[in-house]
Amino acid sequence: MNWEPLILTFKLAAITTIILLFISIPISHWLAHSKSRLKPVLEALVSMPLVLPPTVLGFYFLLAFSPNNAFGQWLNESLGFKLVFSFPGLIIASIIYSLPFMVHPIQSGLASLPVSLAEAASVMGKSRFTTITKVLLPNIKPSILTGIVLAFAHTVGEFGVVLMIGGNIPGKTKVASIAIYDEVEAMNYGAANFYSLVLFAITFSILLLVYLINGGYLKRFWK
Amino acid sequence: MISLDIHKTLHAAKGDMKFQLDIQIQEGHLVTLFGESGAGKTSTLRMIAGLLKPDGGKISVHGDTWFDAEKRTNLKPQQRRIGYVFQDYALFPNMTVRGNLEFGLGKNQERCIIDELIEMVELGDLQHRKPDTLSGGQKQRVALARALVQRPDILLLDEPLSALDMKIRLKLQDYILAVHRKYGLTTILVSHDIAEIHKLSDWVFVLENGRVTKQGSPSQIFIQDNISGKFKFTGEILHIAKEDVVYVVTVLIHNEVVKVIAQESEVNDLRIGDKVIVASKAFNPMIYKVG
Repeated sequence: MNWEPLILTFKLAAITTIILLFISIPISHWLAHSKSRLKPVLEALVSMPLVLPPTVLGFYFLLAFSPNNAFGQWLNESLGFKLVFSFPGLIIASIIYSLPFMVHPIQSGLASLPVSLAEAASVMGKSRFTTITKVLLPNIKPSILTGIVLAFAHTVGEFGVVLMIGGNIPGKTKVASIAIYDEVEAMNYGAANFYSLVLFAITFSILLLVYLINGGYLKRFWK
Repeated sequence: MISLDIHKTLHAAKGDMKFQLDIQIQEGHLVTLFGESGAGKTSTLRMIAGLLKPDGGKISVHGDTWFDAEKRTNLKPQQRRIGYVFQDYALFPNMTVRGNLEFGLGKNQERCIIDELIEMVELGDLQHRKPDTLSGGQKQRVALARALVQRPDILLLDEPLSALDMKIRLKLQDYILAVHRKYGLTTILVSHDIAEIHKLSDWVFVLENGRVTKQGSPSQIFIQDNISGKFKFTGEILHIAKEDVVYVVTVLIHNEVVKVIAQESEVNDLRIGDKVIVASKAFNPMIYKVG
């Protein structure tokens, strides 16, 4: 059996999730506490991937990253980045595509904490960075875990964006969801079933683990 | 000396309110802000702490300017040396009692202050517990100790005892007085409880609709001078009942329930829940030896 698409899928999901975690914390913190007029605009932008067909996103990425236009050309020439039909391009597209799944849980977690916690820390002379890392984030661990898992699972499950911007290059951009489509097209149901079953089992286990942890079942069991 | 001369438009539930304050607080005093909810008491504390920015005016503390609208000076909360006890305590749930205190330590600060404070508010047995396993009174003691870790000059207490029952309240009032004296603090207390104010404070500011309408010592503010009693206690009316020709008024004074006889004319303007003074001349009390 060819494990390559599966490995590629989980590599993509892992890298995307790690980068998303670092990007989402400042965005969520800003969204949770800002009273700026720009807030609804940013909120709408962050949530767009929830409702937009992935192909729309993929189509615009394709246009933007294409070496035929100025931005794509600049990326290619000055940074040596080729984002269309490449793994780094997939990562960037996945980050945008899964952004709401990381931002929303962390944002609602931060918003649910009493404002006085952050105020107490600032009165105690602590910087905003210390307040976030030592006080706020440790108190929203379930939200962070939910964000990590949803972003990871959503990246594993993406299809449209990956197909549009990644193409279907074995070992580079051919992830499991595309491999399944490919194998079905080729009437190769055995291989399609193999990929599907692995994805099904792994995503089910991950989600089950999250609900067990956040529901406190494991703690009760250990006690 | 803390001098506040600030104004701000506050957006409250009832609509906008003009908040205007011009007061001086003596160094080393324990002063109380007294008034109904929404009068601007908490906002005053928040402006002193730097958590709320006044629209204009000046705040200076012991000669340093903390806020000056004209010179665009506005120290961050981190730069103002204050201890703040929040109404909801604001203890960090992820840290133990000791961890909450240690979090407040500044760089290069001696750790011995932690042990001193834990001992002072008698938290030794609880120091490794998490805040959500503590009772209200215990949380309050942690919050009080935590506010003092950085050795502030000013202690701000936002209705620190309002959620606690009478017995624990009296005990905590003693803790507040003890730390106020020991560390030579200037303490600003927000309180509704007249008995508590009498016991704790040197000076009272009465706030109404964002303005100070009266100020003075607690007895000047709360006790009319036409009563020449020898014993005076403030309390709250729990019950008024007619018995034969007189009325019996039940009053809660500290944690004691006292019955007082009154005439119909006196009872007329009394209601359950009113704050009252029970005064007595020196000739009718009796003395019993108890110990």
